[in-house]
Amino acid sequence: MTAMKRSAFLLPVACAVAVGIAGPFMGNYASDFIVKVMILSIFALSLELLVGMTGLVSLGHAAFYGIGAYVTVLASGNEGGNFALLLPAAMGVAALYALFVGALSLRTRGVYFIMVTLAFAQMAFFVFHDTKVGGGSDGIYMYVRPAIGALDMENRTVLFYVVLASLVFTYALLALIRRSRFGAALAGIRVNEQRMRAAGFAVYGYKLAAFVLAGALAGLAGFLLASRDGVVNPELMAWHNSGEVLLMVILGGLGHLRGAVIGAVAFTLLKEIFSTHAVMGPLADHWQLTLGLTIIVFVALLPKGLIGLVQRLSPKGAA
Amino acid sequence: MTTTTNALLSVEKLTRRFGGLTAVNGVTLDLHVGEVHAVIGTNGAGKSTLINMLSGEIEASEGRITLDGTDITGRAQWKRARDGVGRSYQRTTIFPEFSVHENCRLAAQAATPKPWAFWESSRGCATSSASADAALEAAGLTHEAQRIAGTMSHGAQRQLEVAMCLATNPRVLLLDEPLAGMGAEETDRMLTLLARLKATHAILLVEHDMDAVFRIADRITVMVNGAVIATGNPTEIRENPEVRTAYLGDH
Repeated sequence: MTAMKRSAFLLPVACAVAVGIAGPFMGNYASDFIVKVMILSIFALSLELLVGMTGLVSLGHAAFYGIGAYVTVLASGNEGGNFALLLPAAMGVAALYALFVGALSLRTRGVYFIMVTLAFAQMAFFVFHDTKVGGGSDGIYMYVRPAIGALDMENRTVLFYVVLASLVFTYALLALIRRSRFGAALAGIRVNEQRMRAAGFAVYGYKLAAFVLAGALAGLAGFLLASRDGVVNPELMAWHNSGEVLLMVILGGLGHLRGAVIGAVAFTLLKEIFSTHAVMGPLADHWQLTLGLTIIVFVALLPKGLIGLVQRLSPKGAA
Repeated sequence: MTTTTNALLSVEKLTRRFGGLTAVNGVTLDLHVGEVHAVIGTNGAGKSTLINMLSGEIEASEGRITLDGTDITGRAQWKRARDGVGRSYQRTTIFPEFSVHENCRLAAQAATPKPWAFWESSRGCATSSASADAALEAAGLTHEAQRIAGTMSHGAQRQLEVAMCLATNPRVLLLDEPLAGMGAEETDRMLTLLARLKATHAILLVEHDMDAVFRIADRITVMVNGAVIATGNPTEIRENPEVRTAYLGDH
């Protein structure tokens, strides 16, 4: 039991330390790719809080990611914004929209919840796509990246370590929540909501709290993405982006934090490989097809996700 | 009839309609500490609907429910549970993938939820853990504490159902067929438990096992088609001609 817990703690820490040490020795391509994967991991972890931990399948999670990114760019101004203000602003606005969406959508359940979250995400998408608020369908550029003192996101090394620290923060926060009373209640809601209500839990309040927190963490991922790319466009909030992050969580394995990270890594890696001409030749132009087929095969063969494969391969089931 | 002055839970003319169907029709009854109040009746008599209204799972169409003198008719289910109205379900409603202990601990956690203390471990929660231990002890499940709940026998899951209700430290127990599917030994243990619990709890027992009902009940209410046709002590009910026709006629 304790040995299992120790490995559950040590492995993610070892991974974070390895990435942290390897950082300065990486080329631009590798470093850029890892930053992308880490941002998507945060995004996937925030959705895992809803889907895996609480049993709420949201198909509109990209809205909060996109809002976090847009707020960062819109609030930056021409001379660049203050890191210490932009980060809480991005997370705060995403959390506020999550409060609004959650308050309404959590009155429905099952497939209706999926549809309502999707509808609210589409609403956000069209606000940015069809109005001049954020430069319309072309999106908008950020001229100077967020900074405060030496913490300047224009510096690639700083960006790398800020993203890594954010991922560690998100992972640790969710790991703590999982073992807390709040996390236990969310697990109870996932398994048997009726019984939780009968025992005396304000189920709606718990779900709303989880939804808002997930929105805020997606906003964090959005802030980092905007800081990395220096540009945002409405595609960030498109429904297929919500679908992709859901795929990452399922591909990695629901109900495990590391599943979300593994899913984000695997998905991004597969996408990268399948769309590279040097590897795939002319098929690279049809990467959606090859990626889709691969994911169908994965899900069919590994119903518990990639983490299920890891568990099956390790004899003691310690992973 | 009963005095309403010291009733812990009081129900007045409670009615529930589903469209054109009146599932529960003007039911009045009182639950007292120290009493097991059994509600019997054929399938579809409205017993479960009655429990669902008392626990707040569904709204009443008409009537009033008071707990300790306070009107709780419109109060949300989770608030009623926090106020001490505990229930068990006819269909086993547990957390099958959690351990037996965690099932009870989680139910007990409702009393000390502290959801903001995200740095504290749920397993380290001494209050809820102690309530869970006590509930498991009372229900005779201590030896199964570490087992995954869904892997236990049906009878043991029924015991857990009641243990989870007890873990929330309720004052009123609404038990919907707690003996269904239990063996003779388990039934005996459950009846002994109820006899002990009634000293400190007001108990409403919906049950089909008539032997058990007449053994344990201090007061029996008979429902037919949503309405109460008789209330009285077991002897009165046994000798009531209306009850005999209603029951014997149906079977």
